[in-house]
Amino acid sequence: MKRIYVNEDRCIGCRLCEYNCAFANSGMRDMALALKGKTIYPRIHVEGDDKITFAVSCRHCTDPICMKSCIAGAIYDDNGVIRIDKNKCVGCLTCILVCPYGALAKGENGVMQKCELCLNNSCGEPACVKGCPNRAIVYEERGESL
Amino acid sequence: MNEYLIIGNGVAAAAATEGIRSVDKAGTITIVSEEAHPVYCRPLISYYLEKKTDISKMNYRDKDFYERNGCKVFYGKKAVRLDPEKKEVKLCDGTVLPYSKVCIATGSSPFTPDFPGIDTVDKKFGFMTLDDALSLEKAVGKDTRVFIIGAGLIGLKCAEGLRAMTDSITVCDLADRVLSSILDSDCAALMQAHMEKNGIRFLLSDTVERFDKNKAYMKSGRTVDFDVLVTAVGVKANTSLVKDAGGAVNRGIITDEHMRTSLNDVYAAGDCCESRDISSGTSHILAILPNAYMQGFAAGVNMAGGDRIFDNAIPMNSIGFFSLHAMTAGSYDGELIEEKNDRELMKFFVKDGLLKGFIFIGEPSKTGIYTSLIRERIPLDTIDFELLKKGADYMAFSPETRRKKFGGVV
Repeated sequence: MKRIYVNEDRCIGCRLCEYNCAFANSGMRDMALALKGKTIYPRIHVEGDDKITFAVSCRHCTDPICMKSCIAGAIYDDNGVIRIDKNKCVGCLTCILVCPYGALAKGENGVMQKCELCLNNSCGEPACVKGCPNRAIVYEERGESL
Repeated sequence: MNEYLIIGNGVAAAAATEGIRSVDKAGTITIVSEEAHPVYCRPLISYYLEKKTDISKMNYRDKDFYERNGCKVFYGKKAVRLDPEKKEVKLCDGTVLPYSKVCIATGSSPFTPDFPGIDTVDKKFGFMTLDDALSLEKAVGKDTRVFIIGAGLIGLKCAEGLRAMTDSITVCDLADRVLSSILDSDCAALMQAHMEKNGIRFLLSDTVERFDKNKAYMKSGRTVDFDVLVTAVGVKANTSLVKDAGGAVNRGIITDEHMRTSLNDVYAAGDCCESRDISSGTSHILAILPNAYMQGFAAGVNMAGGDRIFDNAIPMNSIGFFSLHAMTAGSYDGELIEEKNDRELMKFFVKDGLLKGFIFIGEPSKTGIYTSLIRERIPLDTIDFELLKKGADYMAFSPETRRKKFGGVV
């Protein structure tokens, strides 16, 4: 299946992916109205120092430990896309305790959120990838681990 | 065609079902459920009392889970005998169920010491099941004085859950601190103070000597007047089916990495069995939900002829009380490295060049990076542990590792 992959050699740390993610999941039509002056809660995070930067979001693991560990049965596999039913999440944060990538974080209301590849929001394809000016984040099919 | 039998209907049983179906779509699956409910999220019963969830959301899997997986479920039935020679299990009502492979996922039961006078206590409850929570909800009102024996995970989650319903909650424990199974004394003191601020009273290093109706006479000489008693002293693994059939049992059922017991074609998973804890190198019961799922799934795959091992169990808990969060993993053995600031306390335990365990109190972020160091036994000299001490971040790993993890399928 298609997943998001990052190439840190091409990432300039502009954090556009974070803004595009937060906007795509805001449900709003105007980016300024959605994000200006607000704390944003993106599902992708740029990490790094002054030399190296890279974006981290859910890897949609083939053996997702977050799903196996969720005490609320809220994290589920939708044909390979690991999704979360926010209605069921009680905020126990077990997924934060187990995700080896640090890819899950709390959303605005304290309920957990994660990357769902924008398949169910108005963007329809990963907004972080679409907006990345440098192809540092791509959305494609890759086989075995590199 | 294989006839799969699963004794139990909790998370390990659901996982076994999913494990079986990942390999074999055809064999029949029969599930024996002592409780009269489809599989639900037991750890949510305190959230139910707090009204942070409701029964309609506490189902562990969707409504058509059993139908979709072709499972026949016997509700309200207890398995009483396992016959590994005849390959059948007898239920309390005399029903005999044959199997080609069986998974024992019977969980654990509350253990209550035989306190003198406990029979005179009118309203007493455990806190393990949905039915326990429903009974407590009915029994507790605004002026109800609740007395909880046990300041472990179950007792304290119960206290937090009931706090929204009553102002009077007292918790006692024989241990000198709260959450003694997962917190050291510093962290326990922090959590205790926070819970006291939120209206929970504690009597520690103390236990009940005897009960007389609604009064508990403590060993210390103190007395506690109460209306509702909750016992949350501990649990014991439900091992009798395997034990009585001559299978290897310690405190829990003993299995290998494929979740096979010592009996032919008998597997076990979840709180009823022991795990090899790779952080301590010892075998003991790790009664946590992730473990139940991973054991159950591995058992199911292997029952169906696949090959799946579960060989990296560690204790891990993410638990919050009144918005203060604790995260713990592994064992607290080795050199202690402490990092703290106004808002957070982190303790790492390092031995033989590996992270063995940690305790974190505060607002967690990306904590799973630390957990993975323990589970995957990543040598600390291959990463920038100094950086990680300050905060969990993938920068601490080599560019090569990042390229693999973020550039490939994982």
